[in-house]
Amino acid sequence: MKILVPVKRVPDPATTIRVLPDGSGIATDNIKWVINPFDEIAIEEALRIKEKQGSGEVVLCSIGQASWQEQLRTGLAMGADRAILVKSEQPLDTLAIARILVKIVKDDQPELVIIGKQAIDDDSNQVGQMMAEMLGWPQATFASKIELADGKCTVTREVDGGLETIAFPLPAVVTTDLRLNEPRYASLPGIMKARKKELKEIAAESLGLDLAPRLKVKRLTAPPKREAGRKVESPADLIALLHSDAKVI
Amino acid sequence: MGDVLVIAEYQGDRFPKTTLVAVNAGLELAKKRGGSCLAVIAGEAVDAPAAELAKYGVAKVIALENPALKNYLADAWTDALAALIKKLGVEYVLATATATGKDLMPRIAARLEAPMASEIVEIGDDDTLIRPMYAGNVLATVEMEGPVKVVTVRATAFDAAPPAGNAAPVEKVAAEIAPDASRMQFVAFNQTKSDRPQLTEARIVVSGGRGLRSGENFKTVLEPLVDELGAAMGASRAAVDAGFVPNDLQVGQTGKVVAPELYVAVGISGAIQHLAGMKDSKTIVAVNKDPDAPIFTVADYGLVADLFKAVPEMVDELKKLKHS
Repeated sequence: MKILVPVKRVPDPATTIRVLPDGSGIATDNIKWVINPFDEIAIEEALRIKEKQGSGEVVLCSIGQASWQEQLRTGLAMGADRAILVKSEQPLDTLAIARILVKIVKDDQPELVIIGKQAIDDDSNQVGQMMAEMLGWPQATFASKIELADGKCTVTREVDGGLETIAFPLPAVVTTDLRLNEPRYASLPGIMKARKKELKEIAAESLGLDLAPRLKVKRLTAPPKREAGRKVESPADLIALLHSDAKVI
Repeated sequence: MGDVLVIAEYQGDRFPKTTLVAVNAGLELAKKRGGSCLAVIAGEAVDAPAAELAKYGVAKVIALENPALKNYLADAWTDALAALIKKLGVEYVLATATATGKDLMPRIAARLEAPMASEIVEIGDDDTLIRPMYAGNVLATVEMEGPVKVVTVRATAFDAAPPAGNAAPVEKVAAEIAPDASRMQFVAFNQTKSDRPQLTEARIVVSGGRGLRSGENFKTVLEPLVDELGAAMGASRAAVDAGFVPNDLQVGQTGKVVAPELYVAVGISGAIQHLAGMKDSKTIVAVNKDPDAPIFTVADYGLVADLFKAVPEMVDELKKLKHS
């Protein structure tokens, strides 16, 4: 089975993010860039499906600048077969990203798209669902278990108040949640092999799509900072203060 | 122009707080944009919840019915709702960012070729909306273009709509769903059994982290405190990752966002992504043995202590307080 995994490059989750004084963006010096953690889970799941089936192809796709090659190489080192980098210098909104990925799907014809449920930079949680609709495919977001048999896909989803199971025919889009798997690290031989794997670059403008952003970020600000309160000496003091001072119990 | 359609979720015939939050945000948005606020409730037969929803101040409620809408499924619901949205010609479509809202709204946006702003926390006066990014460490002011725009709201950022004086009219609409738009099948829902309040609705939340060391300790050490306070139980991502508790208890950037009156963090270090899910709580308490844990930078009351000693003592103190 051919599986497409869209991959986004994001700041390491442990990075402290600072807004630039003019509100035009975030300070990018000293940021370590990584694969979006949910996309890493998506790569791992695609690799496991391929390994279980004994055949297939895992294709990665990123939309960004030349420097994003680094994260695609990391994905190839984990075991993906090839990668596509759609180069764009413009700011793109989620609709534009979904349109580009849908074009890649139409050209490359995967049977399954696995993508992170959200990118931890803009926290939008939109692209997988948008792709599914544009393709007219079923979708399963927040997956904690994916089972494939006879062209049918059964997914357990992490929803409010419990777990939901849905089923649908392929092709489809699945978005990953935390407990789907634990991604592997790239091995040294994997890293060596990744250097020789295909990484194709395409210019976004060459795709003939309407990519004009319909959602524009006008400015960024830092939220009000919460001040640290006081330290208390004992559990008894704590409960007494919650009762008499904060009046919450 | 300026009309808002709120997509209302319901459980049985009860409206969870998250739905009333969407109604309130919809009313505010319609007022600021000079339109009126409508609401739709979709399902197999929704007379009763539609009549209930009509009491919360919206101009009209649409009861959108079709047997295929019995269980929520993204493809059929998108088909039915998108047709209604086009017919109504509203400018905004709005829902709360629950699991269903997050799943459904981007699909509707794609169908309508509309831009979408996720989890807004504020409605600007100048056609802007404010939404958090980077785990809430950045607030973005965004502007959307086009005849229709899709919005989800963060449940903790708006109050629940209070009941209004009179009831709005209810219009029944038979939903049309194309056969090829109904390929997803509902199989099962395994509800997490709990007598405790829901995380997103509770007045008090007690969360445990990796410091609890095991799922067993959540039961024997943390749960007595949770129940003594009549609280909902939450957990950090680290505790979920370690398999101590199910993921639907996760509070944080990629879990649930809560803002209760009182949030008690036990054995939680306070990683950026956890703080994103609870830092708007009214009063925050942290119990951690590490005095340098980042959780103390947001806590109103910090107790540096071994939780295995401190938590049972807190339970005892609460019992004493109750009997005094």
